[in-house]
Amino acid sequence: MWSWVGHRITGVVIFIFLLVHVLDTSLVRVSPEAYTAVIGAYKNPIMGLGEAGLVAAIVFHAFNGLRIIAIDFWKKGPKYQRQLLWGVLALWAVTMIPFLIRHLTIVFSNFFGGH
Amino acid sequence: MSTDSIAAPRSNSAQSPKYKRNKGSNSSFEMVAWLFMRLSGVILIVLIFGHLFVNLMVGDGIHAIDFGFVAGKWADPFWQIWDLAMLWLALLHGTNGVRTIINDYAERDGTRMALKTILYIATTVIIVLGTLVIFTFDPCPPGAVIDLPSFCPVP
Repeated sequence: MWSWVGHRITGVVIFIFLLVHVLDTSLVRVSPEAYTAVIGAYKNPIMGLGEAGLVAAIVFHAFNGLRIIAIDFWKKGPKYQRQLLWGVLALWAVTMIPFLIRHLTIVFSNFFGGH
Repeated sequence: MSTDSIAAPRSNSAQSPKYKRNKGSNSSFEMVAWLFMRLSGVILIVLIFGHLFVNLMVGDGIHAIDFGFVAGKWADPFWQIWDLAMLWLALLHGTNGVRTIINDYAERDGTRMALKTILYIATTVIIVLGTLVIFTFDPCPPGAVIDLPSFCPVP
């Protein structure tokens, strides 16, 4: 039940970001200055943490989506749905740890280190 | 007591309620939508994980993203098609998901219709805008001086 709630909430969050992300990318059609200025806002540490949260939502939604497919199409899927959820959470952690180390290093070293 | 004496619940006795499905339409739209969510979901995992890896993990990550970065990617038809597929599939997948949520929670007919109308308009605008941007993009716009990709002629 909670995986279902989580799937809906992450889905809506990702959809809203997607609408904004197409709009900000569309600024490349306005001018290089406009795009670079707005994309610069994505590079400060607070937005960097927001991106980490967004990727966490995407990775959960992706792996839980595969679990839903397994439950729908695999004969033993419904029987093992709980174990599959633990698998989703384990894969989520395995994916997020290296992502967070890499992404947050880039965000924070460029902000505090400058260049 | 023998179980034989109990009538099967859905036997065709006079008392058994008729099972009524909504016969409003024979359309298979909902089944196609259900299947689309699973197929597009699998493709989107590949497209979005690839997108995130190339844009956030490789090289200088998010810090390297500027006009020149986007121009460099879209100079290659491979990334144009990649981003176009991602745009269409993600928006249709997301729109169908939000449509399901609206159908679940908006109880009044008018509210449901209004919310879905707003959703479909937003989706159409964003898909058309995104598609136009990918295909009408000029990597070396006249008059621009900063953040241009290296292949642009020096002004």
